[in-house]
Amino acid sequence: MIRYRIPFLPVIVVLLAIVAALPGLLGQATLREELFLIFMLITLASSINIIMGYTGYVSFGHIVFFGLGGYFAFYLMQVQGWHFIAALIASVFPSALIALVIGTAILRLRGAYFALATVGINEAMRVVFNNWETFGGAVGMFFNFSIYLQYGGAGPARELGYYVMAIVAIATIATSYFVKRSKFGLSLMAIREDQDVAMVVGIDPARAKVVAYVISAVFPAMAGATYFFRNGIIEPNDAFQLQRSIESLVMCVLGGIGTVAGPIVGAAMYEWLRGFLITNPALAAYQLFLAGLLLLIVVLFVSAGLVGWLRNRYTVLRAYIP
Amino acid sequence: MNLDALIPSLVDGLMLGFVYGLAAMGLTLIFGVMRVINLSHGPVMATGMFVVYVLFTGPLAVNPYLGIVAALVFGLVFGVIEYLIAVDRVINEPELTTLLATFSVNLMIVGVLTAQFTTTPRAVDVSLGSITVPLVRNVLGTHLISVAIAIVVAALLYLLLFRTRIGKQIRAVANNRSAAELMGINSRAMLALSFGIGTALAMVSGGVLATLFPFNPLSGAGYEIKSFVIVVLGGLGNPTGALVGGIVIGLLEGLAPNFVAVSWVPVIEYVIFIAILLVRPAGLLGSRV
Repeated sequence: MIRYRIPFLPVIVVLLAIVAALPGLLGQATLREELFLIFMLITLASSINIIMGYTGYVSFGHIVFFGLGGYFAFYLMQVQGWHFIAALIASVFPSALIALVIGTAILRLRGAYFALATVGINEAMRVVFNNWETFGGAVGMFFNFSIYLQYGGAGPARELGYYVMAIVAIATIATSYFVKRSKFGLSLMAIREDQDVAMVVGIDPARAKVVAYVISAVFPAMAGATYFFRNGIIEPNDAFQLQRSIESLVMCVLGGIGTVAGPIVGAAMYEWLRGFLITNPALAAYQLFLAGLLLLIVVLFVSAGLVGWLRNRYTVLRAYIP
Repeated sequence: MNLDALIPSLVDGLMLGFVYGLAAMGLTLIFGVMRVINLSHGPVMATGMFVVYVLFTGPLAVNPYLGIVAALVFGLVFGVIEYLIAVDRVINEPELTTLLATFSVNLMIVGVLTAQFTTTPRAVDVSLGSITVPLVRNVLGTHLISVAIAIVVAALLYLLLFRTRIGKQIRAVANNRSAAELMGINSRAMLALSFGIGTALAMVSGGVLATLFPFNPLSGAGYEIKSFVIVVLGGLGNPTGALVGGIVIGLLEGLAPNFVAVSWVPVIEYVIFIAILLVRPAGLLGSRV
């Protein structure tokens, strides 16, 4: 019997593309800003998922790659006069290089040590940029107004940034999908379950983990480059904000850790919830408390996240939602 | 470098080190006993600050040092409850789960504190004069008391862990939970108690810091990261190591500004932190309780 299966990737790509086109079609700038944030969070959560969900290493300071990419691209655009797209592509390299060097050194540490080490690296980068005058030190860097002229002004530049972020998010999801479906992804999950057994069946854990870490570092760099291009200002405390790292981790867990669709659902849910709490006058003062309470309930009772729970509850879905 | 400037900053650094060490001992004790990195550590310290603040500014105007005792008791109760509600259910899960569970408590504490007190800086105004010591010149009374509190609390912890039956049970649970249970130890009670003690230590050090520096509900975050650095430096899970690590970092913070710009001090701290992780992950004194 031939069973017809809806292919996940084309469907999700088309869906995300339609959502991305909505603000342009409807002419709604506020919707565009909201969606920009959601695409950025999808990128961050989904790339954390590659190292944390598939490989089992909690990268607590993952935002370091976002900040590095942002800083490098900003420097190229502001000081060297590069075009945004060129700077965007270049921004990938410092993050990938750092991930390679650091990954080789610290991924051999197990569990808790790795989590703490990534926090340390993020904080180290923050204080280094705080002192590095080439990159503006503690004050950071600002765009000249003339930078946006080549894109036709600040408005079109923001729009360009928005579409680039949507493409980066879709590329992240596609990469996450291909990693999970590949032999490489299987070896990552084998390492997650039991590293010693993985070695016995012929996997080189050190190598596989570093490759996964580098892949997961590339997309946050592009997200950072785009975010700060639209922002027009970059400073160390905004670029290396640990809170943002932790939030993307939370999104991952809300949606379903280790699943391709989870970070999308998690990012959208988290943003929606935050918007709801902030705008509700009765709850606004206690929004952090309620966010914490909700997270605790999810962690204690639905630890697989929404997508994971659905997959466990209705096993048919496993064929359709990776 | 003249000695006149160096010695006072050495004394200041030593004082800071004891207080940092106290907080780090709480973090490391929890990790050593149950392999949980307590991400609510910073906000718990902030809670300690506000316990002292509320009692001090309240109608009774409780003496801040009495307030610290209150923070100790409150921390113990708070920690036991936090363990039973947020951690106990997931104690055997992979570390991500316990990280997130304690992080959710972090969010809740920060949420309640900011809603109650806003982020305006607060201070507990306490002055005990100063005494003049040759070479060191003035030593503030508040600083001396802070060191004394840190030493007394650390000594009490040592006595509890190594000289009492309960301490023996805690160490047994830390060593091998199932074996301890076979010996008739109530491991859940011991885990809850250890979490309570760790939380109490963090609250006491928060209370002490409140008498030294201004603070707000978000102040805990900076101290939390500092505690991570100290804990790794001294050996994850080793309370003595945490005290030693705290003193090293305190001395560094006291002395380094004499040689480099203040803004470079954290750079040095993190470089040491990462170097230790790479070269000697067990820390200076080795890990475990």
